[in-house]
Formats: sequence, structure tokens, C-alpha cells
Amino acid sequence: MLIKKPADIPYSEVTDRKLYVNRRDFIRAAAGVAAAGAGVVSISETLFAAGQPAPHGRKLDGVKKSPLSLAPEQEKTNTWDQITSYNNYYEFGTDKDSPSLVANKLKTEPWSVQVEGECAKRGNYSLDDILKGVALEERIYRHRCVEAWSMVIPWVGFPLSELIKKAEPTAKAKFVEFTTLVDYGTMPGVRQPVLRWPYVEGLRLDEAMHPLAIMAVGLYGEVLPKQNGAPLRLVVPWKYGFKGAKSIVRIRFTERQPMNSWQESAPQEYGFYSNVNPNVDHPRWTQASERRIGEFFKRKTLMFNGYADQVQGLYAGLDLKRNY
Amino acid sequence: MTTQNVLRFVVKPAVCAAALGPLAWLTWAGLTGNLSVNPLSDLTNETGLWALRFLAISLAITPLRRVTGWNWVIRFRRMLGLYAFFYGVLHFLVYTIADRFAGLDFPDGMASWTTARNLAASVGEDIYKRPFITIGFTALMLMLPLAITSTAGWIRRLGGKRWNALHRLAYVSGIAAVVHYYWLVKADVRSPLLYAAVMAVLLGARVYWARMKAASVARSAPAVPRRA
Ligand code: HEM
Repeated sequence: MLIKKPADIPYSEVTDRKLYVNRRDFIRAAAGVAAAGAGVVSISETLFAAGQPAPHGRKLDGVKKSPLSLAPEQEKTNTWDQITSYNNYYEFGTDKDSPSLVANKLKTEPWSVQVEGECAKRGNYSLDDILKGVALEERIYRHRCVEAWSMVIPWVGFPLSELIKKAEPTAKAKFVEFTTLVDYGTMPGVRQPVLRWPYVEGLRLDEAMHPLAIMAVGLYGEVLPKQNGAPLRLVVPWKYGFKGAKSIVRIRFTERQPMNSWQESAPQEYGFYSNVNPNVDHPRWTQASERRIGEFFKRKTLMFNGYADQVQGLYAGLDLKRNY
Repeated sequence: MTTQNVLRFVVKPAVCAAALGPLAWLTWAGLTGNLSVNPLSDLTNETGLWALRFLAISLAITPLRRVTGWNWVIRFRRMLGLYAFFYGVLHFLVYTIADRFAGLDFPDGMASWTTARNLAASVGEDIYKRPFITIGFTALMLMLPLAITSTAGWIRRLGGKRWNALHRLAYVSGIAAVVHYYWLVKADVRSPLLYAAVMAVLLGARVYWARMKAASVARSAPAVPRRA
């Protein structure tokens, strides 16, 4: 205690005996305890709201199988509840359960995407335009979060390359930048300056053209739940999850490397590439292993999240320790 | 019943039981699937948060007493501090099992000396390597001597003066715990900053009162300096 000189403190104070307490003090004490109890109850109530799975949505028709998908017997897919109640989607709040609790207010119809920059077919395209003529495929992919947890997710989508080809990028286009919606009405998280809004992500054009990179519009054969990035999100399975921009409203082709939101917020922790790499640790935790949601023992993280055979050619000659 | 007895036999056990509420709730929610789909992470975070909350509450007792004049609140200080340590130990155990043990290889089977050695090495290495773990561990280790000397016997043995001096380590632990929290969050620093502000007020009040006291002592001191 700095308040009294220690020598002044009578022995009785630290042994907590012999304290004179009157009736009124006792009543106040009881009130204090009751208030503390109420606090515990209210905290429990907020915790109880945790993780609301998405209600089941419309079935998507004519979804094809893909040879690029994991076979269900290869790795067990995570459940609908797991995939839709544990999300990082900071526009809806930074708790894992915030998106599942508030994203239902988001309006995903009508939806349009602004296509801009170094391409011939600039313009504002409705989601219907974008989906016209594309064949939806199921792609069961590993999903590795930069926070060292992972899931196996049965996305439904189409190759990003198809969309890019339609936009006809010019010879100058070297990168693609994706921008997420900012809507103050339905996204409580964007009122907090946790990241700079809108959320921006980017890929090199050759990465974006890779057959594994998809635009997802569905999950488990149904329309994509809002907490997972409806109506249109990027999925790049060999990169950390945050590269997969959600609820995309703008796609821009650029000559220069885009600045993605996480890199801007902490450049020494999150790079532009953010390829899953067990040999390059996050400054604050290891990336060598991961917890698969639903499992107790950790798994070893695989180079490029297990997609090394397909994608390592993209990075020939690149120092992956420097270009994390 | 006298007020004394009501405090001792009713209020104190009630506070004691309420302080076990978070543990009871976590156990129940964990067993019935009422945590998130990553329950091990929830258990780590919740036990850490409750350790920090109890630490802050126990550090709030003295200022509360001073401001309100409710002398009887001091009776709860030691117990609340012990709960901070209790949740801190749980936090460390959950981490050791869910973060370290779950990441081991088991070349000689799970129940073996190799496993024990590897677990100790894994915890030690992590404390050494990751600054936020180092400081969290520091916060817990600072509470250890306080927990040990929390008994009436130790108070008697040390004497009020030395006991109080030793227990000022709680301030350092509080600062270390807040730094631990601040360092571990990814981007949303609002909650760590809130706890930092609470800690700053609780410790700042002590500095302020100490200054006031020193000033008033100086004013009333005789003109000729006394020999120490
Ligand atoms: C042995 C020492 C400790 C270790 C190894 C440790 C480790 C950890 C770990 C691994 C996390 C989770 C980080 C994450 O999920 O990214 C965590 C969170 C936390 N710890 Fe500790 N910790 C220790 C001591 C303490 C102490 C003594 C306190 C408080 C008095 C504390 C308070 C917290 C808090 C408040 C959180 C964050 C909860 C949240 O994010 O909601 N920790 N700790």
C-alpha cells in the first residue's frame, strides 16, 4: 500500500479481524454482492449467444463435381455449424461469433460488382451478369487461418480465371485487387477503426488465373451464408484465409502491387503473398502446426496448405521467407 | 446473528461461491457444447480474462475502501487476489494441455517420460521464444509468492509492514498481465486498452495518494531536518 506508510497499518487490517461494521454497511455489502452476481449472469448471457449457425438457404442447381476438389474420403469436411458459426469477418465485429449473430441484416440482393482498371470490359456488373454461363462446381478445400486453426470447407463456386477472362485485362494488368463492401447500416464493425475500411485484398494476375483460385457463391450446395462472405467471395486455398476477400463489390486490375488491409495494418506480420508456409512463423506464434476445428491434437501445417504440387511453380525463384 | 457474523458466515461464502461462477459456467458450457466450435481457445481466453478481472477487482478494493469509507471491503481483498491466481493457474493449465501437449509427437506413447520431457521443453521454449507468453508467465510467477504468503500464518511471520511491501508485487503483475493481453491481440486493441485504463486508474490512485501523503508530511515536518 502506498497510501499509508506501512508502519501505520495496524495488524488488524491485514488479518482482517476486529473490523467494526455497522448495519448500513452490511446492507451495502449485500447490494454489492448482488450486483456482482448480476454481472456474472449478464456476461454468461452474452457468451451463451455464441455461434449461431446460418439457417439453411436456397439449394444451388446443377453443381458439378471437380477433379480439383478434395475427395470426401481424403479429408473429413467440417460441419455446416462449424463453418457458419466461427468466422473472421471484421466488418461484423471482431469476435468469432459476431458475423453469425449480425450478418443476417446484410442485403445481398440486388448485388453488383464494379470492374475497373486495366481491362477492356470495365463496368458495373450485376451478380446475374457475372454468373451467366458459368458452371458452378463443388470445391472441397482446406482452409487455413493465419491464427493457426483450419477447416475443410465444401465451397461452391467457379474459377476466378473465367471472370478475369471476361473482363479482358490489358497487357499492363499485373495484379488484381478485390474490395469488400462497407455498409454502415448493416456492418457494425466498420464504425471501429480496427482496420482501414474498405477491406482490400490482392493477387498477382498469374495467381488469380490459377485453376484453384475460385469465386465462391455457395457452401454445402446451398447459397453462401452471409457470415461466410455472401454473395460473392474469393477463395485461394493455398493462402491464409484472410486473403479471401468477402462480399466483393469491386475488382480492379492494376499495374502495381495492391496494398492489402492486413499488410497495411501490420506489415511485419502480414505480407502481400501470405502463402501458407509452415517454415515462416508469424512473429507471435508458430505456423508449423494448426488446430483443425473439431480436433484436439494439432496437425502439421502443409506447405502451401497441401497444394504445393499445383502451385509451387508460381513462386519459382521467389524467396518465400522474405516474401511472406 | 451479529453483523460481524453475517459478513463472515453469509457474505464471504457468497462472494467465494460467486467467484467460482465463471469456472462452473465454463465447465458446464464446455461439457454441453455451449462454447464455440473452438472450445479450447474459448477456455484459454476465458480463464485468462477472469484472472485479469479478479486481479483488477482485488486491486480495486483498497481505493474503494478509501473513497467510500467502507472498511469491511478489505476482508475480501485476499480472497479475490487468490481467485486471480486460481484462474491464472487454470489458464496456464489449459494452455499447457491445449496449446503445448496437443502439439507434441508421441514417439514413446502418450504416457511416457519422453512425453513429460517434451512437454516441459515445449512450454519452456515457448516462454523463452514468444514475448507475450514470457510476460504472461511473469504475471503469473509474480502472483505465486503472494498466493503462498496469503495465509494468516505468513502474515504473522512477515509482519504487516513486510507483508504489505511484498504484496505490492500485485501492481507489477497487473501491469504485466495488461501488456500480455495487449501483445496477443491481432488488431482489435479496444479490450486490452480498456483493461489498461482500469489498471492505470487503480495504480494511479495509489501514486496520487502517496504523493498527497508525502506532501502533507513535508508540510507538517519540523524546519530543522531530523536525522534518519
Ligand atoms: C503462464 C502464463 C501464461 C501463459 C502461457 C498465457 C498464455 C495465453 C495464451 C496462449 C492466450 C491465447 C492467445 C490467443 O488466443 O491468441 C492467452 C490469452 C489471455 N491471457 Fe494469458 N497466459 C499466461 C498468463 C496470464 C495471466 C497471469 C493473465 C492475467 C492475469 C492472463 C490473461 C490473459 C488474457 C486476458 C487473455 C486474452 C483473452 C481474450 O483474448 O479474450 N494470462 N494467454
